[in-house]
Amino acid sequence: MIRKTLPGKRWLRCLPLLLLAAIPAMAHENTHYVNDSGATAWMLTSTTLVLLMVPGLAMFYGGLVRTKNVLGTMMHSFAALAVIGVLWAILGYALCFGKSSLHGFIGWDRSLMWLNSIDDTIMSANIPEYVYAMFQGKFAIITPAVIAGAVAERITFKGWMAFIALWFLVVYAPLCHWVWAPDGWLFNMGARGLIDFAGGTVVEICSGVSGLTLALYIGARHGYPKTAMPPNNLTMTLIGAGLLWVGWFGFNAGSSVASNLDTARALCMTQVAAAAGALTWVLIESVRDEHATSLGMASGILAGLVAITPAAGVVKVSGAVALGVAASIACYYMIQVKNKLGYDDSLDVFGVHGVAGIVGTILLTFFIRPSWWAEAGHRVVGWGLTQQLKVQTIGVAATIAFTAVGTLIVAFIIDKLIGLRVSESVEKTGLDHDIHGERGYNLTNLN
Amino acid sequence: MKLITAIIKEEMLDEVREALITAGIERITVTRVSGHGRQQEKLVQRGKTIIPNLIPKVQITIACNDEFEDIVIDTILHNARQNGGTVGDGKIFVQDLKECIRIRTGERGGQAI
Repeated sequence: MIRKTLPGKRWLRCLPLLLLAAIPAMAHENTHYVNDSGATAWMLTSTTLVLLMVPGLAMFYGGLVRTKNVLGTMMHSFAALAVIGVLWAILGYALCFGKSSLHGFIGWDRSLMWLNSIDDTIMSANIPEYVYAMFQGKFAIITPAVIAGAVAERITFKGWMAFIALWFLVVYAPLCHWVWAPDGWLFNMGARGLIDFAGGTVVEICSGVSGLTLALYIGARHGYPKTAMPPNNLTMTLIGAGLLWVGWFGFNAGSSVASNLDTARALCMTQVAAAAGALTWVLIESVRDEHATSLGMASGILAGLVAITPAAGVVKVSGAVALGVAASIACYYMIQVKNKLGYDDSLDVFGVHGVAGIVGTILLTFFIRPSWWAEAGHRVVGWGLTQQLKVQTIGVAATIAFTAVGTLIVAFIIDKLIGLRVSESVEKTGLDHDIHGERGYNLTNLN
Repeated sequence: MKLITAIIKEEMLDEVREALITAGIERITVTRVSGHGRQQEKLVQRGKTIIPNLIPKVQITIACNDEFEDIVIDTILHNARQNGGTVGDGKIFVQDLKECIRIRTGERGGQAI
């Protein structure tokens, strides 16, 4: 008797445990993915590589300003790491990759605040969602950091910190949601959505147009363009450009969110376009100007990298070369136009990132590989170049219009509340000494 | 001929240089120097106050003919003062200049300046 009841009792005792075990299994039925260590390893590497771009950018910009502003300028990039680094984890990810709300204007998912709900999540791409969240977070950091170049040598540190925080919420988060969230309107436009592989619109056009808007809002540097403002350290700028090139492999190849053929394609196109951009810029300078300059080499690298950013997933090698060449030509001539017009986009954020971003996002349509068209034709019969070109143009136009208006509003608010522009005396003394109480090049001062 | 040496604050260089050019003095030499006088600079690093012994300054050297001496001195005086005059604004030294030779032509004296 006793022997007979015991197993039954055991079974009964186990029942609630079995039910408990079944509940999470049911809840995760449609999200039951296994970690792929290869993909995860590459995404961890990519995330790290994109982070490397921030100090790379700091060096690139830091070398281009005058001696008295080198630390202040490098601090702008590092400020983005600090400010957006915190904001992203608290609510940025929820705003960008939560469910569409406010009629698709922005994403929101309360459970994603503090990255709360992803603690156990392995995504459908077979990587932990933590890696994906941090990877995307690096894009949110580098975008405002790029803007700093347009207003270098004259923006207050306090104003800059406040500006990027508000700008991230008002401009970056909605745009990122439109283009990259699975339910964003640009992501779903047409047969296969707006083609923006790694941020031609979200990162490059957005930072370029924001930079231009902010530069026009706060005005030119004292003495510009009459006074010469030569770069203090082009050696550092070249190292920065090199680090950006290296980091861009994570930026583009990581955007495949996998470790496979697509990743290899993106990496290859990135390399080729950057080289084509650099070569073109140096050739233009050799023919048109007296010298091939190191700044030209660095600018060409950037132009090529920016142009391939939206395209790395869809073009083949000839397309990558074409985009790199086109971007360098367009950027070079845009900078001549800037010099004629006389506005002070100090380190050519619009001239390089804005222009090459637009060139890449539009022109990529002409170089898409056949297999992409075949898949698009499967989804919408007769989908062709004209239709996709329209999608790309709408994406670019929407980005430019939204970014310009959003940036203007944010700049106005921060300017009235905190103040964006340093006083004339601080501008003359330099940001390093007056705002940070330090000097960038103490090695030249005996002590 | 006079040799005028002015030691000024780094941040006043742009202003002094622009004013000198406006006044017609376009031939100057500028050097970074360090030194100490009565000015004290305070730096705070990681919460700790540091007083550096040597403060960076800029030295401007100008050789000129006698009739330009007052113009140079007045221009520097009026433009090197920070906030109407603070400790550390610097000094101007004036010396007689024995000779001046232009290397390219070998000219000597006032016309070589």
